[in-house]
Amino acid sequence: MQLLEYAIRGVPTGCVFALLAVGLVLTYKTSGVFNLAFAGQAYVSAIVYYELRKELEWPLVAAGVVSILIVAPLIGLLLERVLFRYLRSAGSMAKLVTSLGLLIAIPEIAKLVFGSETRKNPPPLWWVRRTDEWLWPEGATFVLDAGQIATMASTLIVVVGLVVLFRFTNLGLRMRAVVESPRLAELSGVDSERVSMAAWMLSSVLAGLAGVLVAPLFASLNPFDLFTLLVAALAATVFGGLTSIPLTFLGGILLGVLQAVLAGTLPTDSVLTNGLRPSLPFVVLFLLLLFRPGLRSTRELADPLATVDAPPPPPVVRARPPWVATGARAFGTVAALIAFLVSWFVLDQYWLGLAISGLILSVTMMSLIVVVGMGGMLSLCQAALAAIGAFALAQVVQATGVPVVVGLVAGVLIAAAVGALLAVPVVRLDGVYLALATLAFALMFQSIFVPLSWVSGGAVPISVPRPVVGPLDLSDDRYFLVFVIVCATATALVVIRLREGTTGRFLQALQTSDVAAASIGINGPRARVVAFTIAAGIAGFGGGLTAIDLGQASYEASFPYLIGLVWVALLVSAGARSIQAAVMSGLFFFLFPALLDKLFALPGNWVESNPDAPSWVASIANAVQPTWAQSVAFILFGIGAITYAKHPEGSIEAQTTASINALVRRVEARNGDREQAPVGAGVGPGAGGSTP
Amino acid sequence: MSDALLSASGVTKRYAGIVALQAVSLEVRAGEFAAVIGPNGAGKSTLFDCLTGVQRPDRGQVVFDGRPVDSLKPAARARAGMARTFQRIELFGGMTVLDHLLVADRARTRRGGLLADVLTGSHPSPEELARCAAVLELLGLEQWADRPAESLTLGKGRLVELARALMCEPKLLFLDEPSSGLDRHETDEMGNALQRVQHERGIAVLLIEHDVPLVERLAERISVLDYGELIASGPTEEVLSDQKVRIAYLGATT
Ligand SMILES: Nc1ncnc2c1ncn2[C@@H]1O[C@H](COP(=O)(O)OP(=O)(O)O)[C@@H](O)[C@H]1O
Ligand SMILES: [Mg+2]
Repeated sequence: MQLLEYAIRGVPTGCVFALLAVGLVLTYKTSGVFNLAFAGQAYVSAIVYYELRKELEWPLVAAGVVSILIVAPLIGLLLERVLFRYLRSAGSMAKLVTSLGLLIAIPEIAKLVFGSETRKNPPPLWWVRRTDEWLWPEGATFVLDAGQIATMASTLIVVVGLVVLFRFTNLGLRMRAVVESPRLAELSGVDSERVSMAAWMLSSVLAGLAGVLVAPLFASLNPFDLFTLLVAALAATVFGGLTSIPLTFLGGILLGVLQAVLAGTLPTDSVLTNGLRPSLPFVVLFLLLLFRPGLRSTRELADPLATVDAPPPPPVVRARPPWVATGARAFGTVAALIAFLVSWFVLDQYWLGLAISGLILSVTMMSLIVVVGMGGMLSLCQAALAAIGAFALAQVVQATGVPVVVGLVAGVLIAAAVGALLAVPVVRLDGVYLALATLAFALMFQSIFVPLSWVSGGAVPISVPRPVVGPLDLSDDRYFLVFVIVCATATALVVIRLREGTTGRFLQALQTSDVAAASIGINGPRARVVAFTIAAGIAGFGGGLTAIDLGQASYEASFPYLIGLVWVALLVSAGARSIQAAVMSGLFFFLFPALLDKLFALPGNWVESNPDAPSWVASIANAVQPTWAQSVAFILFGIGAITYAKHPEGSIEAQTTASINALVRRVEARNGDREQAPVGAGVGPGAGGSTP
Repeated sequence: MSDALLSASGVTKRYAGIVALQAVSLEVRAGEFAAVIGPNGAGKSTLFDCLTGVQRPDRGQVVFDGRPVDSLKPAARARAGMARTFQRIELFGGMTVLDHLLVADRARTRRGGLLADVLTGSHPSPEELARCAAVLELLGLEQWADRPAESLTLGKGRLVELARALMCEPKLLFLDEPSSGLDRHETDEMGNALQRVQHERGIAVLLIEHDVPLVERLAERISVLDYGELIASGPTEEVLSDQKVRIAYLGATT
């Protein structure tokens, strides 16, 4: 009976999970997008509701209607019109990366619009406060608060409503038809444009509703908590196989109940309980992904009419003359040399520090090249693996007193070992499922392992001294820069060799045709495990360097899982296979916000030094908030990821290719004029075909 | 039984509701050119998938080269000597024709690997290039070697698939409708290529084909599938003149 009471206590939480999970399932069912940005959309509605209720003191109904029924669907409509309508036939990976970009950008846009101050005690979407003041005034043993009642009621209404929509109405049927095959649906007279808009508006309303309802669970409103809660709810989504709304609902309730029962029955204060309680949803998510039957046979939604389209025109491939490669190498060397000289002689401590951090991040980014770019696996746990490298380095050095450089190697090995253990079950999953499993791992690591003192050293991060390597004392940042350059170059060489060698060719084959790769005898799982392991080792290397850089191995400062998501968005949008993209995005991540910061500080500085500056400058200076730089930078990072669908090879890669091609064309044109070379000389049949 | 290179017995495969294959038994002898024909949806591709391990049959055994391969994954069966092409062409993205052959050769010889990649860069050796050149020449693909495979016509693409399969030095080659989507000229070219392969390499071939003249020209033996069942099997002329086959497959009425 005690157990039953615990179970009942879990139902309200279960409803929270269920509501978020059902919202995700709805989006997936009606748009084919596994929409991580759901949390961002929820956040916007929650902010609007907060501002209307608390700042403008609107009545509850009006605030609810505006935030959930007007603002939310407008956002959905906007996303559909400017973004997702163009992605309908894109792969699930492109859609996922796009939603990742939105997840990063939307909350920051909301902060720019509504201000980034802390919003304490989000108001509930209900009039009464607690059941004991309302229903059972005397001697209530089991008390629900307003938020819980509202959530339970809304969840029930939503679930019943959606089941009715999909079972019994025409619109529901048409929504599913449009996802399965927009063209087939249109042939049978469905206006897929309008149905798709309706679907996005509906799912956005659910996001808004969830955001407003869930917000009071937290002491203050912030997008990270919402997203973490969303990831917890993913367990229910996966329980429902990403498509079944009733099963998802059931999964959410079960998850809440399980959590409550464990919390009630496990001994309090044991390590197990403390670790398990917050991490249970992630553990469940991870296990479900690995073991839920039928999950892997749910194929990616593919348009059966896709092959009806004329095949895309064969890419015009120009044979690049050898001088291009030589030129590019010379250019790269000169640029790197100039950058180094500037860093050495010009940069002050602050900028030099940022450049070093950026270069170290590019090492971590190179691990993403191996796993995402070469392996085709969207790993969302590289930050956790980097943290493992850093912790291992710190622990080994502290425990044994070996030189830091030896600790660095140990960190790489341990991170690679953890990566290998994780990879064995995970590489069997495809696409979205692998991304979710690695995300679950990142959160398990954060909630179970990071608090343990044998992992992170406990509350106070373990400090890591800068080593002395040969004649160089690396506590001088300029010598440390040299050390980091050597490390980054070595990593880059290894990655390039792997990419161009047998490993890279096998992975390339697997990525573009799994069945064909198997048909020539390539062992796919093994190749993927190897790639994942190497990437984990490289991430551990980057993490170890980060610890040396900062002088400590700190999870909060360097490796929160959300930062890892930003890294993925950045690298993938710059070019997931390109070393150049890894270096640029690593530097960009640190230097760009700092530059913006300086830029935004200009008006203020100017006013300070010129007391009689015009008043409009002063008002600009007053308007600028210190968080703007970070917000603008993250918005741009997010928008970068959104362009991924258009340039899957990455913007930097696309830009480079375009400029090189233009250069080659120009040089060839000039040579042609001078030498009167015969048309098409030296070019394979068709290869020189004129480009429009 | 003993001289069969491939012997499948009682292979049954169901997909939610429909029976794609019903207790199909089939043999291919070493060096033989055999064909499977049958109308669309008869289960021919499913049969290939079951034999090469892409699909797991619900019932039935497959013995290849003297040992049961039922528990082997497609990659392991490939290394045991099965190679195949696909009805819907499956080329690797971002690779030249030569890369396709090299990668298949590496998969077979298992040369290279992590350490070799990092230490030496694993550039193609002269022997590897020679093996690739031989296959390219056999199929008349030399001049396309450095072209990205995606940029080729369907006919050339199918030849690249064939070349890639040959690089595995298979004992048995499964070809799933190599002429589908090709015009008359390309079909002839494919037929010639297959004949050359058969003559010069002596590999056993199991061919799925719609084009009856092509089958008549190439195959020594034919098996006929209809609605998942094997309705006839035997020497080519015999089977093609069989009344049952003519009704099921060629649409003959009398
Ligand atoms: N993966 C699959 N899932 C469900 N049904 C399938 C699948 N593959 C094939 N089928 C069905 O099995 C039958 C045989 O298909 P197939 O082997 O492709 O025929 P063929 O190659 O002879 O044209 C067809 O009815 C087809 O619809
Ligand atoms: Mg077929």
